[in-house]
Amino acid sequence: MNLLEVRNLRVWDGRGGSVLVSDSSFQLKKGSCLAIIGESGSGKSLTCRAIMGLNRRGLLQSGKIRFKGVDLNELDEREMRSRRGKQLYMILQNGMRAFDPSSVIGVHLRETLARHYHWNKSETTEKLRQAMQSVRLQDPIGILNKYPHQLSGGMLQRVMIALALLLEPDVILADEPTTALDTVSKFEVVEQFIQLRERTGCSMIFVSHELGVVKKLADEVMVMRAGSVIESGTAAAIFSNARHEYTRYLTSSQRKLNDRFQELMGGAGIADR
Amino acid sequence: MRRFHYFLKDRLAAVSLAIISITVIAGIFAPWIAPNDPEEVHMELRFASASWEYLLGNDHLGRCVLSRLIYGIRPSVLWVLAALVASVGIGAIIGFIAGYFRGRIDAFLMRICDVMLSFPGYVMTLAIIGILGVGLENILLAFVLMKWAWFARIIRTSVMAYAESEYVKFSKVLGMGSLRIMRKHILPVSLPDIAVTSSSAYSSMVLQLSGFSFLGLGIQAPHAEWGMMLNEAREVMFSRPEMMLAPGITTILFVTAVNFFTDSLQVALDPKLGISGKKRQGRPDSVAGRIQRNEVA
Amino acid sequence: MGRYIFKRGLISVPLLLVVSFLTFILNSLSPMDPAEVVLHAQGVPRITDELLEETRLALGLDRPLLVRYWNWFLSCLRLDFGDSYVTGKPVWSLLGPAFLNTLKLTIVSVVAIIILSIALGVLCALREGKLLDKSIRGISFFLTAMPSYLLASLLVLYFSVKLDLLPTNGMDTIGSYILPVTVITISYAGIYFRVVRSSMLSNLNEDYVLYGRACGLPERKITRRILRNSLQVAVSVFCMAIPIILGSTVVVENIFAWPGLGTLSVNSILSRDFPIIQAYVLVLAASFVIVNTFSDMINAWVNPKLREDG
Repeated sequence: MNLLEVRNLRVWDGRGGSVLVSDSSFQLKKGSCLAIIGESGSGKSLTCRAIMGLNRRGLLQSGKIRFKGVDLNELDEREMRSRRGKQLYMILQNGMRAFDPSSVIGVHLRETLARHYHWNKSETTEKLRQAMQSVRLQDPIGILNKYPHQLSGGMLQRVMIALALLLEPDVILADEPTTALDTVSKFEVVEQFIQLRERTGCSMIFVSHELGVVKKLADEVMVMRAGSVIESGTAAAIFSNARHEYTRYLTSSQRKLNDRFQELMGGAGIADR
Repeated sequence: MRRFHYFLKDRLAAVSLAIISITVIAGIFAPWIAPNDPEEVHMELRFASASWEYLLGNDHLGRCVLSRLIYGIRPSVLWVLAALVASVGIGAIIGFIAGYFRGRIDAFLMRICDVMLSFPGYVMTLAIIGILGVGLENILLAFVLMKWAWFARIIRTSVMAYAESEYVKFSKVLGMGSLRIMRKHILPVSLPDIAVTSSSAYSSMVLQLSGFSFLGLGIQAPHAEWGMMLNEAREVMFSRPEMMLAPGITTILFVTAVNFFTDSLQVALDPKLGISGKKRQGRPDSVAGRIQRNEVA
Repeated sequence: MGRYIFKRGLISVPLLLVVSFLTFILNSLSPMDPAEVVLHAQGVPRITDELLEETRLALGLDRPLLVRYWNWFLSCLRLDFGDSYVTGKPVWSLLGPAFLNTLKLTIVSVVAIIILSIALGVLCALREGKLLDKSIRGISFFLTAMPSYLLASLLVLYFSVKLDLLPTNGMDTIGSYILPVTVITISYAGIYFRVVRSSMLSNLNEDYVLYGRACGLPERKITRRILRNSLQVAVSVFCMAIPIILGSTVVVENIFAWPGLGTLSVNSILSRDFPIIQAYVLVLAASFVIVNTFSDMINAWVNPKLREDG
């Protein structure tokens, strides 16, 4: 059952006309994780933001984005806003920039929860505490009172995942959430994403250019290059038996490096299932 | 060089550059270009309107307005430019030394800059004029003395940012002398920052000199200078307001050209600034983080 | 936070000392002999060498530099800046009221500047690239390229002469504030609003705006965050505007015959009245340092990241 269907998505720059994403089509099945892979500049993030309707003002988009029976491209801002957060949620790459630098992160978390639920203050605090503990953050209350620059990238990613646990959205769009993290944090955050899917049963679109991470999470994979979808299919198919030359180039060069790395390190790394 | 090409494509920038260049050239070649002697008095022609011999008419002493304007370019524009170059030069040397060598030299030089910057520029210029006396030279000296610290700070920040880059470290490893590194690697990349800062400082200096002359603290009669011409025009403002037109419009035109030039320079050198671009983040250092203190005359 | 305030305040003390010392030395740089200035002002017809020597002794100019500096500094703290060379009256009796008058003008102007800068800056940022933004920026370019005295003269010409609406001399009524404040406000707001505008523009593109919207937050909450972050930069700029304008009102005061520091300073310069010039520089430099310290503290309070760096 397709939860999200994108047909002929096109994103272009209103001032200048250059096309950034051309004619992309893909589906997201309920409960599955679709990974979008490709090099920087291939249009992965733009696609995510187009689905949320949050591209910057100069960018225009066309095409059909069917979500729960409605074409998102046809909705006005107010209707889109009512869907954001609870039905469509996004996790950004750089945790430190995702939160307002001038207030403690508790402010954002509370405001978001107040927007979607009718809990009182102590209920909110308790639920936040539970959610943050389940993503293995020590001292949740202390963290609520800290500024973004006082926390590490990995912690901030886990805060965003904790918020997802509470919001229980239908679709989570994760835009390179592990790219800015060191290896250890990467591992932990990927674990949290796996648990997030198990607990909420949500569907996920996971954008990344790190194939090791993708291998661990994705059911289906879509390859993008220079704004177009080159190939898509199940994860197994793409990684072992890709049809398109570019895909094979992507997967094999990573694998060669990873295999060599493992040889040198003498053990299994995150790259293997 | 490619950036310069973009810059010229921007028509506003090209026009501004043209205006500035024409003005500068006219000032340098004033004796050949000006139709009449700027100081020649013809009392019978007082306040005469435009004529073929005197294209912009005559002032309250019957002198040719156009010639005075052209000769006035020298103090108003050219001498200020010289002061700017001197100020930037000193600031650049200090800034380079401080930013490149860091450590104690840097701390020492920056303390001095801090002290210099603690004095409000306009006030100190007035003080220096007060101590040394009125006149163009003293005002220019005051400008140089007050502004170098500010340029030094900005250039130092720029140099520090580039001195950390990989290719500089590589050059050091290769054993390149410091002076050569500074000249070949850092100077070319920090030049844009220096250019933009100087350009915006220039317009405020021109306006300030104009203001000082207006108050009678600058160049003395009978020399021609735009601010002084406006002062003289102000005397008869109620009876003959049109006398303010010529020096006023010239000043506005020139300063506007410099402002547009600065703006275009900034956009050309940092293309992200054009539309919805991210401006470079404010520096944590509180002194350098202040925006230019544009003390308007 | 408290520690930062303390440290910052502490640094300003030696700075003030150095500033005052340099101000004091300033006088010795003059090619003119102070004794001569005093005698000239007193209208003494024939100045002999003995007379000069006597005057120098009377002025205490024979004592060593550091001693003179220290005495002067201590008396400055009591607001005793000595006597004017020209009039013989205590400097503070002339400087004090002038300072107050200019201060009034400055405060009113700064308030107007803050309001106008924020309004224009936010407006232009939200309508960025559109006609409103371009025209406001174009007009501001033009207005700030105008020397302030030209702007003032034009306003005087139009409002007072042609329309006979507003007073142009002195500071008698509330109405006499209008024109000078307008001139100052236009000159500075024209520059400052651009700071607000660019700050807002860069904030509008920040990730926290994207994330906030992605979480479904109402637009007004997002706008509040944007404003709060944008105005941080502007805060220190506005703070520093006070001492800057305090020292730069010379031309405006001249045109509107405002009895303030500007008028006083120019007259002192023309008559070589050193004690007044000295006190003027000291008062303004001190207020510059003090407000600067203050503005850094406010900046740290507003921007939590700065507190750690001390």
